Amino acid sequence: MATVREERGAMDVERIRKDFPILSREMAGKPLVYLDSASTSQKPRQVIDAVVEFYEEHNANAHRGIYPLGQEATDAYEGARERVAAFIGAPDPRTVIFNRGTTESINLVAHAWGRTFLEEGDEIVLTEMEHHSNVVPWQLAARDTGAMLRYVPLNEDGLIDLDAVASTITSRTRLIAMSGQSNVIGTFTPIAEIAEMAHEAGARILVDGAQFVSHNPVDVVELDVDFLTISGHKVLGPTASGGLYGRLEVLEEMDPFLGGGEMIREVFADHSTYKEPPWKFEAGTMNVAQSVGLAAAVEYLDGIGMKSVRDHERELTAYAIDRLRGAGARVFGSDDPDRRGGAVSFWYRDIHPHDLATVLGEQGVAIRAGHHCAQPLMRWLGVPATARASFHLYSTVDEVDALIDALAAAEEVFG
Amino acid sequence: MSLDDLYKEVILDHYKNPRNKRPLDGATVSLHRTNPLCGDEITIHAVVDDGRVKAVAFEGQGCSISQASASMLTDSVEGKSVDDARGLAGEFRSMMEGKVDPDEDAFGDLVALKGVAKYPVRIKCAVLGWDVFQDALAESGTDGA
Repeated sequence: MATVREERGAMDVERIRKDFPILSREMAGKPLVYLDSASTSQKPRQVIDAVVEFYEEHNANAHRGIYPLGQEATDAYEGARERVAAFIGAPDPRTVIFNRGTTESINLVAHAWGRTFLEEGDEIVLTEMEHHSNVVPWQLAARDTGAMLRYVPLNEDGLIDLDAVASTITSRTRLIAMSGQSNVIGTFTPIAEIAEMAHEAGARILVDGAQFVSHNPVDVVELDVDFLTISGHKVLGPTASGGLYGRLEVLEEMDPFLGGGEMIREVFADHSTYKEPPWKFEAGTMNVAQSVGLAAAVEYLDGIGMKSVRDHERELTAYAIDRLRGAGARVFGSDDPDRRGGAVSFWYRDIHPHDLATVLGEQGVAIRAGHHCAQPLMRWLGVPATARASFHLYSTVDEVDALIDALAAAEEVFG
Repeated sequence: MSLDDLYKEVILDHYKNPRNKRPLDGATVSLHRTNPLCGDEITIHAVVDDGRVKAVAFEGQGCSISQASASMLTDSVEGKSVDDARGLAGEFRSMMEGKVDPDEDAFGDLVALKGVAKYPVRIKCAVLGWDVFQDALAESGTDGA
């Protein structure tokens, strides 16, 4: 069904918007123009209904109750795992660990893989555009193991050249951890090519998919990555939904992450044995309803087709860059819409991003302002903060126009 | 709540023409701090002597609210005793929390920042300079001395 719709071409954005109840509300007395989807996406009725239905009809703890209702909850939870695995092209649902999303996933790998396999002098390769969630866990792992961090520099357009990756990899590289799509300047990284380089060097590769998975077709087999993180709340799913894809043989050789109930096989006074992946990494009562909501979200997206989503955002991004430039804004990152996604950072004249975001908010336009949890990238850009407009499948050309119109209000205050 | 209540003329004037924005020769204390949430930066330089803030200046970068507030701070605390400066800082915080209506005579230009209280996410911008200033006083070891 997804394929049929994809072949039909452009999405019907107006029809899609009707699925998102919040998009019909007002903010500051004006129609809401939500341009902060890189921060969190809005949720369609289908996701909200799935969560409500789970609580109203199927709620019990998963993997615990012997009674029929308990089995329903377990089936819903494990069914969600199968659905999310299919969304990213993972043939085996056991490769998908549920958790709160990208931050927890990277911490999981940094602990359960990093503390086991990193040794003094080993190198972890990051890039200059990483979100703090893909920096800080590695700093901590490096501190504990004696490993070192190396950064792939960006080229002048804010893109990652394979030559730069090649010259950062050494014989001591054990892991490349990088974002698939920058949350600040939208840069795509050539994931498959870098995965191949990592494996040739005998290293693992982790892709921070917080943005990438939310806006692009993803096939983990084709990309051949070892780890990929999923932020459910950015994929139209509930907050605190998401997870980690991990290559099964890698997950099997890893330590557990959180210890606790349901991740064990047997517990003795002085030691324990653990379940197989993914349950080895799911201690305590899990985010069952959120995972069910996430499954509804990816089903919704698959029904539309991620290629259509990507094509729509590509057009909007190109349009937004054009219009912002035309209005006199400085737009950061690459101009090439084929090499970047729909997070557009900019400075409008000399107006500080916080002031701009405040003024725009009073016009009903929601943008993000700040360092976007990417201070190393801010230093590279040479600014303390940026204003950022970001899109999803429900974003429209009219909303970009509303952003541009609202800039005039800022000009009035600060001009 | 209109933008005019937030971005009053006097705030924009302090932002565009900041007072005492410079290094300070002979400063007895200089303290720099960034707001981790937004990256705004303020350095407060002060000459604290004989229990009195004899001179104060600032440097920094950031939004209009953080920079204007720091500029107003330097105007309002210079020449005050350390105790009075501390008292003013406390009253300023109370105003930002919406707890007190300021005494307009004592507050001077600072009154203009009252509207910020209606924008909770921006309050941290307005108090950044005051945080640095109060820590600078503590660091200069002038507890009532």
